[in-house]
Amino acid sequence: MFGLDKKDTSMLIIVAFLTLFAPFILNPFPDGSALAQFNAGYPDLMQRFVIFGIFAIGFNILFGLTGYLSFGHAAFLGAGSYSAVWMFKLLSMNVVPAIILSVIVAGLFSLLIGFVSLRRSGIYFSILTLAFAQMSFNLAYSVLTPVTNGETGLQLTLDDPRVLGVSATADGSIPVTNIFGLEMRSTFELALGPWAFQFNAGYYLCALILLASFYLAIRIFRSPFGMMLRAVKSNQQRMNYTGLNSRPYTLAAFVISGMYAGLAGGLMASMDPLAGAERMQWTASGEVVLMTILGGAGTLIGPVLGAGFIKYFENIFSKINDGVLHGWFSFLPDGIENAMVTLIHPFVGKGWHLTLGILFMLVVIFLPGGLVEGGQRVAAWIKGKQAGGDTPAGKTEPAE
Amino acid sequence: MGILEVKNVGKRFGGLQALSEVNLSVKENTVHAIIGPNGAGKSTLLNCLVGKLIPDTGSVMFDGQSVLGRAPYEINQMGISRVFQTPEIFGDLTVLENMMIPCFAKRDGAFELNAIPSVFGQKDILEKAEHMLEDMNMADKRHMHAAAMSRGDKRRLEIGMCLSQEPRLLLLDEPTAGMARADTNNTIDLLKQISEERDITIAIIEHDMHVVFSLANRITVLAQGTPLVEDDPQNIRGNPKVREAYLGESA
Repeated sequence: MFGLDKKDTSMLIIVAFLTLFAPFILNPFPDGSALAQFNAGYPDLMQRFVIFGIFAIGFNILFGLTGYLSFGHAAFLGAGSYSAVWMFKLLSMNVVPAIILSVIVAGLFSLLIGFVSLRRSGIYFSILTLAFAQMSFNLAYSVLTPVTNGETGLQLTLDDPRVLGVSATADGSIPVTNIFGLEMRSTFELALGPWAFQFNAGYYLCALILLASFYLAIRIFRSPFGMMLRAVKSNQQRMNYTGLNSRPYTLAAFVISGMYAGLAGGLMASMDPLAGAERMQWTASGEVVLMTILGGAGTLIGPVLGAGFIKYFENIFSKINDGVLHGWFSFLPDGIENAMVTLIHPFVGKGWHLTLGILFMLVVIFLPGGLVEGGQRVAAWIKGKQAGGDTPAGKTEPAE
Repeated sequence: MGILEVKNVGKRFGGLQALSEVNLSVKENTVHAIIGPNGAGKSTLLNCLVGKLIPDTGSVMFDGQSVLGRAPYEINQMGISRVFQTPEIFGDLTVLENMMIPCFAKRDGAFELNAIPSVFGQKDILEKAEHMLEDMNMADKRHMHAAAMSRGDKRRLEIGMCLSQEPRLLLLDEPTAGMARADTNNTIDLLKQISEERDITIAIIEHDMHVVFSLANRITVLAQGTPLVEDDPQNIRGNPKVREAYLGESA
């Protein structure tokens, strides 16, 4: 289907299913129950899942295929966000021109940075990209204040021109982002008994774009171009002595992944029309590296899983504070309750980075192929068990 | 005029004169061996031919065109393919994919943004690669990871990859170094077959005299960065100068 083989088609269908039914899948616990705080099915977070999924898919085209590790991709994300917000300020609140402009601007920006950075490889390339990204961050923060509005961040105001729209709505407020009239924030709520599911227009726009990006990534992975990128990673010497110029191949991969980052940035601004310099900071660049490695660099679905995983942690684990912990352990005697809370406290709430760091280390050490490798091992184990057939019933694996 | 004309080439690394006044003419459709003791400058000369090094003096002409100042991939596209001392292949890719890459390089040139169609939908490339794998007797290994193969097989694959570009000149840098006797003999047979069946010139750098005398129909002896003699194999065998160069090293 769609020019893909059976395996890729089924993967695309799985991703389509997961994204389109995310409001159900991410809301498994009834409202008001003790576990409801583990629900992630609200629009804001779901949007972030798919937007960072797009970012990571694009990053993986560069890092996963060519092995060139960029530490500066957040710069393209930020550039995309700024261009989208400018489009909202100057042209109209329709997200389509904003997203198109953000992809173009990020593409041009990555062409410039890639052209210079790709003169070196390995650690020097990583450092060059990091330097460029930090430069962009500092410029956005200070010198370029007329364009980026400095540390306040670029926001919409009531006196923006908006040539093809209105500066302010009839009731005197700032208009909201929309796609041909359908507001990004409009949400349909479906209440089924104690469950409440939210279907948000902005989320579904992001989800459809994620699917398109994922489909394009599959095509790139399976194309002659994708094979050349893998050849770059495998043996550049042989490549050069086979009549192939590796520089334009890596530059093309860099620009494509930069455009994916710009698309993610544009979508981010479309969901919430503001852009700040912190989006370009090196921690943001590092995050997408973590997502890709955690999910499985070089695999198709890995980066999407990694992005979802990290964003889930960031938003759910960070909300578990001492009050919540006390609630969980209230059935224990006071002394033990306090001890448990003290023990777990460093790993949740503001300390969620610690949990993430430990998980990341475990994955890198025991599953170098990321979550995808973990999945494959589990699948192989189940298959082996089925093939074995006559495993004694008494011998069961210990539960986690 | 040979297909490859090297004139007065010199190359200096700091205090070491690696090559001086090297003149070499490789005739079309011959197997030309370049031999010499360790440190004679054989590999430096080869690197000057493929664009890895730029000689300080002299000229290198391939088929009437200068190769100097061109990048390795450009020289390759002119029709010179190189086989390395340790096989250089795409270890992470399958054998079939390894063979397809040079076919793409031949068809599409140094760069082509061919990002949407499927690799295996390119029937002409697939057919050519499969055909070459059969010629190299490795069709049964096509789905193997190239890195998992034996050294002899890697060498065979590398030679096949070079041949699928239909080069006019094939340069081999000690193609049997570090190989078991059986693998060496297989490689000799393969190269013999290639030189007989294809319209190709072969230049080979080699240490192993058994390989040289089985293959070459012209030999240049290099010693201390400069050619000592160039002659037919039977004359080289008895040449006292050559003996001296080799004995001087081994004594």
